[in-house]
Amino acid sequence: MAIQLKQQKKGVTQLAIQGELTIYSVLEHKQALSQYLSSAKDIQIDLADVTEIDSAGLQLLMFLKQEALSRDISFSLSQHSEAVVEVLELLNLSKHFGDPIVISADWKSS
Amino acid sequence: MSELDAALTVFAQEAEELLTDMEDALLSLETKPDDSETINSLFRAMHTIKGSSGLFGFNAIVGFTHEAESVLDKVRNGERGIDAELISVLLDSKDHTAKLIEHCLTQKEAALPASLAADGERLIRQLTGRQTTDMQQSDDSVQLEIEGGGEISVDDNWLISLEFQKDAFRNGMDPLSFIRYLRTLGEIKQILTVAPEMPVGDDMDPESCYLHFKIAFQSDANKQTIEAVFDFASDDCDIKILPPNSKLEEYLNLLNAQDDNHVKRLGDMLVQVGALTQNDVNHALQSQQANVDAEQEAPGKPLGEILVEQHVVQQPLVDQALKKQEQTKQKLASEANYIRVDATKLGHLINLVGELVISSAAMNLIVERHGLSDAGDVAASMNALVSSIRDTALELRMVQIGETFSRFKRVVRDVSKELNKDIELYISGGETELDKTVVEKINDPLTHLIRNALDHGIESPAQRVAAGKPAQGTVQLNAYHESGHIVIQIADDGSGLNSEKILDKALANGLIKPDHDLSQQEIHNLIFAAGLSTKDKATNLSGRGVGMDVVKKNIEALRGSVEIDSIEGEGTTISIRLPLTLAIIDGFMVGTGQDRYIIPLSMVDECIEMNANECEIDEIQHYINLRGQVLPYLRLGDYFHNQIADINRKRESVVVVKFGQTKAGFVVDELHGEHQTVIKPLGKVFERLNGITGATVLGDGNVALILDVQGLIDSAISSKHRKIPAYKP
Repeated sequence: MAIQLKQQKKGVTQLAIQGELTIYSVLEHKQALSQYLSSAKDIQIDLADVTEIDSAGLQLLMFLKQEALSRDISFSLSQHSEAVVEVLELLNLSKHFGDPIVISADWKSS
Repeated sequence: MSELDAALTVFAQEAEELLTDMEDALLSLETKPDDSETINSLFRAMHTIKGSSGLFGFNAIVGFTHEAESVLDKVRNGERGIDAELISVLLDSKDHTAKLIEHCLTQKEAALPASLAADGERLIRQLTGRQTTDMQQSDDSVQLEIEGGGEISVDDNWLISLEFQKDAFRNGMDPLSFIRYLRTLGEIKQILTVAPEMPVGDDMDPESCYLHFKIAFQSDANKQTIEAVFDFASDDCDIKILPPNSKLEEYLNLLNAQDDNHVKRLGDMLVQVGALTQNDVNHALQSQQANVDAEQEAPGKPLGEILVEQHVVQQPLVDQALKKQEQTKQKLASEANYIRVDATKLGHLINLVGELVISSAAMNLIVERHGLSDAGDVAASMNALVSSIRDTALELRMVQIGETFSRFKRVVRDVSKELNKDIELYISGGETELDKTVVEKINDPLTHLIRNALDHGIESPAQRVAAGKPAQGTVQLNAYHESGHIVIQIADDGSGLNSEKILDKALANGLIKPDHDLSQQEIHNLIFAAGLSTKDKATNLSGRGVGMDVVKKNIEALRGSVEIDSIEGEGTTISIRLPLTLAIIDGFMVGTGQDRYIIPLSMVDECIEMNANECEIDEIQHYINLRGQVLPYLRLGDYFHNQIADINRKRESVVVVKFGQTKAGFVVDELHGEHQTVIKPLGKVFERLNGITGATVLGDGNVALILDVQGLIDSAISSKHRKIPAYKP
């Protein structure tokens, strides 16, 4: 399982996605993540270990954001990995998600 | 004829043509008021007449056409709407212009008669009267356009819209890779990623693609190159690429610079300057076709409109392309596609071709007689050339009947107004061609028949509704070719012919006896008799009982025939059958005894042997059994010579001829085969001769008579009725 439940208390759910977030895994990810959408009040996703993300993966993140909004769940992404930042920048979606992005100095410029 | 007179003749001809065009255009506007092409042609007509009148100093015409022209200019620019009222005034203006021209041509120096001047002033008032209110309306629409136009102004960037379809991921597409690749061509200035159709909750399939992108892209690449980026995705993605506004000017210049030697299609023009790619055009054409298929009746939207709607090209570009296209068309139209030829010169040419045909036949004969095999080939190829020269020469005089037909639109319109009837004229087969001399002569009979249909045929709206028909009556004009003839049909859905009334009138006029024995067809044909009208009251249109007989005479003078077919209460169809040409025909030569006869080949159905066993010849009633059909026959030798036939008849043939629905057999001794026949009219002395329409000169100098097949068929049929006893040997 590429999703790790890091912490769960007082309705705040901290999750970490690891490995690939691509067309090959989105189905699995969606199923795993959907269960939290029905119970949690606050979802925080750690993207530090996402090694690869493609359009499908990005679409899944957009979907989660949309679902959370409609259910009044606060939703945030954190610790974006280099791969994620590159895509968000490319598609001008950083503002859409509205989460602070920390850019590490050792990333090669994209 | 002085030079000025010659110029005036040209002016008069040109003006007449323009006015006819104008009338057609106005009438077609009644059904299609938004057709800008037609409005343009109206404007051009008035403009040209004004210009040429100015040259000759016809100030009255210039003054009047100027007003009409400026009104049309406003219509053309969309500042004024066109409606039935305006069309009506414009039609009157057209008539008025014609009168002015006539006045100026006939009495150059004389002042304008007061009535004409008053008419002119009245029309000008009507033309310009409502202008002010319309102007205000148009201001609003201009404003709207400006607001709408501002929406798509994205300065220097290409606007690319990508709408991926659901299966894109499954088909191995990753939109990201396309966008990454796009960056190699230029700079992405702005990108908008949206998923407007993403479903919520469980319905969302993470493996389906819901992503749409809108990209503002700055690049020097051309449209083809940019489109090529997405080539791979084209099946799974709706791609629209709108050129930057800064490119517009470049495209507009390119459009202007396109050569205008031939008219190109809108799509091709835009592809050529690079504003569109072939894909865009194909796509738009497909959706145009789809629209047409979906709603069969409505004509598809113009291509330009679809392209703008699909956001692949800007409106100004389409406008410019259309303008350019129009200019090209005009230029081509003004460059002489036609040469005016004096009709007498053409007539002379056709006479010469006739002589050529005869002398080439003579040459063939000699070649054959002397057995010159070398010359035979040459003669054969020359023969082929002569016959194609003959066909081409005759085609020169062929004109489409459509122009004649469309003149009747006006007749129908005016007459139906006068009679307070609602009548629509439908025209079909206008592209059917026939000889110009025939067209000229058929005009009057046609007018008469149409007026008849309008006046007698179609009932008043109240009567029609009472009879369970639609209030609007229809008259149909149709033309088509049928075995070397042209058939013109005038059909109305009116009351049909009332047989009783016709019989009563015919009895009263002494045309028939009370103990008549007439078929329905024969009763209908009585209306062609002189002095018979079933209309109770004569109007100024028809009903005086003169006319139908003249119609029939005129048509028969053209070697034609007229048939009438009517069902009481449902309508009447009149079919006129005319030969295509009056000069040269393909004939079929036969011989009896020493004489040669020509039967127009188009009327020959078949040739069979006159065989007593098979044909069951009835010598008394003059008919044979043609495969179960009763076929009346006529011995040509007997008919023309009234001779007691040669008992030693060896072998006879029957030529089965057909005219319209009727058939008959001509019995002859010899069949000579096809012959190019130049028709020479018979002199006045022989005009009344039955069974002969003309003569031709054969290659050997002999004369062959051209048979009047229609007349002969009639006498073959009637001789059967009369039961003439056969000869007794």
